[in-house]
Amino acid sequence: MGSILIFMGALLAIGMWWLARQGIMTKPWLEQGIAATYVPTRSNPPAVARTGLRVFLAVVGSLFALFISAYAIRMQMPDWRDVPLPNVLWLNTGMLVLSSIALHEAGKSARRGEEEVLKLGLLAAGATALAFLSGQILAWRQLTADGYLLTSNSANAFFYVLTGAHGLHVIGGLVALGRTIARTWRGVPPERLRVSVGLCATYWHFLLFVWLLLLSILTGWAGTFIDICRQALS
Amino acid sequence: MVDVPFGHVGTAPESDVGDVELYHPHSWVTKYVFSQDAKIIAIQYSITALAVGLIALILSWLMRLQLGFPGVFSFIDANAYYQLITMHGMMMVVYVLTALFLGGFGNYLIPLMIGARDMVFPYVNMLSFWTYLLAVLILVASFFAPGGPSGAGWTLYPPQAILSGTPGGQDWGIILMLVSLMVFIIGFTMGGLNYVVTVLQARARGMTLMRMPLTVWGIFTASFMALLAFPALFVGAVMMLFDRALGTSFFMPSIVEMGQVLERSGGSPLLFQHLFWFFGHPEVYIVALPAFGIVSDLISTHARRNIFGYRMMVWALLAIGALSFVVWAHHMYVSGMNPYFGFFFATTTLIIAIPTAIKVYNWILTLWRGDIHLNVPMLFALAFIVTFVNGGLTGLFLGNVVVDVPLSDTMFVVAHFHMVMGVAPILVIFGAIYHWYPKMTGRMLNDALGKLHFWVTFLGSYAIFFPMHYLGLMGVPRRYHEIGDMAFVPASAHTLNAFISVVALIVGAAQLIFVFNLVWSLRSGRPAGGNPWRATTLEWQTPETPPPHGNWGKQMPVVYRWAYDYSVPGAAEDFLPQNQPSAHPAPGTSHG
Amino acid sequence: MAVALILVLIAAGSVAFHLVSPWWWTPIASNWGYIDSTIIITFWITGAVFVAIVLFTAYCVYRFRHQPGRQAHYEPESKRLEMWLTIVTGVGVAAMLTPGLFVWGQFITVPEDATDIEILGQQWQWSFRLPGPDGQLGLTDTRLVSPDNPLGLSREDPKAQDDVIVEGGELRLPVGKPIKALLRSVDVIHNFYVPEMRAKMDLVPGQVSYIWFTPTRTGTFEILCAELCGVGHSHMRGTVVVQEQSDYQAWLQDQQARSFARLAPAAQ
Ligand code: HEM
Ligand SMILES: [Cu+2]
Ligand SMILES: [Cu+2]
Repeated sequence: MGSILIFMGALLAIGMWWLARQGIMTKPWLEQGIAATYVPTRSNPPAVARTGLRVFLAVVGSLFALFISAYAIRMQMPDWRDVPLPNVLWLNTGMLVLSSIALHEAGKSARRGEEEVLKLGLLAAGATALAFLSGQILAWRQLTADGYLLTSNSANAFFYVLTGAHGLHVIGGLVALGRTIARTWRGVPPERLRVSVGLCATYWHFLLFVWLLLLSILTGWAGTFIDICRQALS
Repeated sequence: MVDVPFGHVGTAPESDVGDVELYHPHSWVTKYVFSQDAKIIAIQYSITALAVGLIALILSWLMRLQLGFPGVFSFIDANAYYQLITMHGMMMVVYVLTALFLGGFGNYLIPLMIGARDMVFPYVNMLSFWTYLLAVLILVASFFAPGGPSGAGWTLYPPQAILSGTPGGQDWGIILMLVSLMVFIIGFTMGGLNYVVTVLQARARGMTLMRMPLTVWGIFTASFMALLAFPALFVGAVMMLFDRALGTSFFMPSIVEMGQVLERSGGSPLLFQHLFWFFGHPEVYIVALPAFGIVSDLISTHARRNIFGYRMMVWALLAIGALSFVVWAHHMYVSGMNPYFGFFFATTTLIIAIPTAIKVYNWILTLWRGDIHLNVPMLFALAFIVTFVNGGLTGLFLGNVVVDVPLSDTMFVVAHFHMVMGVAPILVIFGAIYHWYPKMTGRMLNDALGKLHFWVTFLGSYAIFFPMHYLGLMGVPRRYHEIGDMAFVPASAHTLNAFISVVALIVGAAQLIFVFNLVWSLRSGRPAGGNPWRATTLEWQTPETPPPHGNWGKQMPVVYRWAYDYSVPGAAEDFLPQNQPSAHPAPGTSHG
Repeated sequence: MAVALILVLIAAGSVAFHLVSPWWWTPIASNWGYIDSTIIITFWITGAVFVAIVLFTAYCVYRFRHQPGRQAHYEPESKRLEMWLTIVTGVGVAAMLTPGLFVWGQFITVPEDATDIEILGQQWQWSFRLPGPDGQLGLTDTRLVSPDNPLGLSREDPKAQDDVIVEGGELRLPVGKPIKALLRSVDVIHNFYVPEMRAKMDLVPGQVSYIWFTPTRTGTFEILCAELCGVGHSHMRGTVVVQEQSDYQAWLQDQQARSFARLAPAAQ
């Protein structure tokens, strides 16, 4: 359960930092009127949406941290046989990186109000994300063809489940992205899309990060890294 | 004390009111069925959850009939009994208490108490309810599925949960259960995002965190915990569903089932337990923290006294929330996990007792030197203190690893968790309904019926669960379809069991008084006015009762003080609403 | 008034129930008297706290009940009081935890001279395996389980050849000798529980867990399954017969003769 505890620890640190700024130590009965420590809440929609996304990412983070914890526990059982990763995964990784970059650029152009670049960026992001998903399916088919079936070993099962869970999150993101793209085509000016594009970009970067994490675990690099740390410590 | 002079009406200047686009219902269907108004959604959640609660209550009757009068009711065979405990336990914990506290009270109270017009994502909020309803329907459908519902116990431990020796294991029961849980979690996540983000982003002008009523603190912390803890159950459910439906071996080691060696190997049953309790323990506090918050407000309001040690109460809530993520394996002391974990988890578990105890002290110190009005909500709050302290203290037995060894998996555990997370939170729910019903409907619940309901429920539940501890101490295991003849169980224990069952029937029947009161008072209750309890918090200061869509009419409230200005020396009245600028309102101005 | 009185009655009634109820733990038959002592300490501390809190609540309800002209005292917090209460609680918790952890340390540390035995659970019966003359238990594998090899003993392992197998749920143990029970299950999770021994532990398929205890008096005790294991859960019973050393040895000899006879043809 190490990875989920590390994740929770990080959230706890953020939470404590935030609470400290909110005057958690003040004595509220001593203040009347609009309190000195009052930090105005920005209830305008962009801030709301951004906070909403952040909290949602914490939930998704918890989900993946738990999957990884389960993986780490299960892999210590003697029947575990690592899966040889299909090479296409590296191509997929590249696609996802490109997708993130494209959305990042799209975000910038939305802020600058460049409609054409924005459209291009969004389309590119969508296309590369689709390429990523198709690549993942290709990887599944290769593995099945090579006899690495879901049921034959838990390492295989974890491969399918982890990539599947991640893929579903990408699909969810694509729905949001698709709606944003539709809005650009309906002629909504770039300035008004700034928030949605920004949110998509944040989500994409997050999914890229999760993917890199999963990849490091599936390849066993994370395990090797932890072993090295352990040895350095002892 | 600095008295900041301000205008004398507690509303924000027009310019400060953010122009949040409000959804406006146009037809009866969008107003009452597919409503996006948090208050309607709250009522939908509450009614659904109470209905599920009634089903779960009836299931408990059947279980008690079997335990009290074994063999008399032949239709409750072992199969049925295990299905009953499973559905009863799962329904009560997840589909009743979680849904009622967060979906029900959270939706109703958060926007009103922090001075917002609505939740920040009303559409998602609506989806949350309908997803919840779907989850309930899937769960209930398993009663009618071939093979019936799962009988794996609410903990659903594999391998037995998915093998043929358990009801529903190789039929539909377990599948429907897991799917229903997953749907519930998705629905809850949508709701939970709303509760958390609304508190973070939509507080009224002047509503600092430390001015929030403890109810909001409790629901906020619990929602956050639930958002982070439910994924653990989700992960466990996905993996178990794979094991059951697709033949993987996440949790399945080599197994001989009824003489047949199964095609599985290497899986870890303990892995599921870790995942389950990583959710399951915080879940206990997800139910408890809103109850803590609500009971604080009930006590403070009806004792006309500020909650004692408000800051400590907030810190304790947060500390409990954080600590509850590092105690999960206290449910696994005798599970065959690495025994050295016992030292760590016993220590963390007993440390949680300290902030919890502080909360109890502060409740009773609030009563001390108060001006106690024994209204029905206050009675329930007092009963909560008794049952919660009782259940909390027996928790110290079970948390202290070596003491848990003889007691775990006995009726002692059943008595403990019913007292602490069954009876105590339910008493708070009743108290809260008596307290806020006037705001929701504009009418008071009938007082005499309320008192009758209270005494039967409180004394009855105590009589059910207090003696039960001693059966467990003697060694009677839990989840036993029948005790049968055990050499060490004297005949008197069977009499006790029969007594418990009779009381359980009475307590269950007494809930009809409550249901009747809810319905009857809707039309015939005494009109309540806007603030019948003379309370300080914002929900009592709405311009209209029940609050209309958008809550505040044209002007948003502004908050000038914390939520607990009761009996302030020198003030004109014994309460100062949060939106009242000065302790001495100029004559002729109203404060709601 | 009535409310305060009822609260007092609840506190008094609970204590009275505790003192006079005929339902109490079974007379102990193992070395785990320390567990009982820890429970007693916990009962004292928690009982005192429960009574104190309920009585204080009753007092407040009576003394500060609403009367015309009463005004509540305005006092947001009292640092000193809260600090003292925290410290006292901390001391109380430590007073329960410290002996608890100490005894837990003993509970999981098996003495050197303990005899290994194996307890095997399957839906819904108990089987036992005792080491033969070599004093050691042989290897097992769940995948070897079959009608004529219900425990999945390895035929290759010489240590397994002389193991004494008892099916049908009667375990015999010599009094006064520490026993290390290795717990194993071939299907679902069960739990070995003998109330008089105070010991309890899950049998988990796919792994071996253990407990140890020393029977301290002779007699027959019931084995219960304390982990839900399917529809037969409440019928999964067995017995432990604790005997004097000499009686036990005689029984063991007899069993060994029989299990050799039974295993011999299958071993070919
Ligand atoms: C007066 C009301 C209630 C009665 C009479 C009652 C009775 C019972 C009984 C007889 C059992 C089975 C005990 C066993 O054989 O192991 C049980 C189990 C359980 N109850 Fe209740 N109950 C009540 C209310 C509640 C409430 C409000 C909750 C909410 C937390 C709850 C949660 C549970 C849980 C989680 C289980 C365990 C199920 C399992 O072992 O898998 N009960 N209850
Ligand atoms: Cu727990
Ligand atoms: Cu069992």
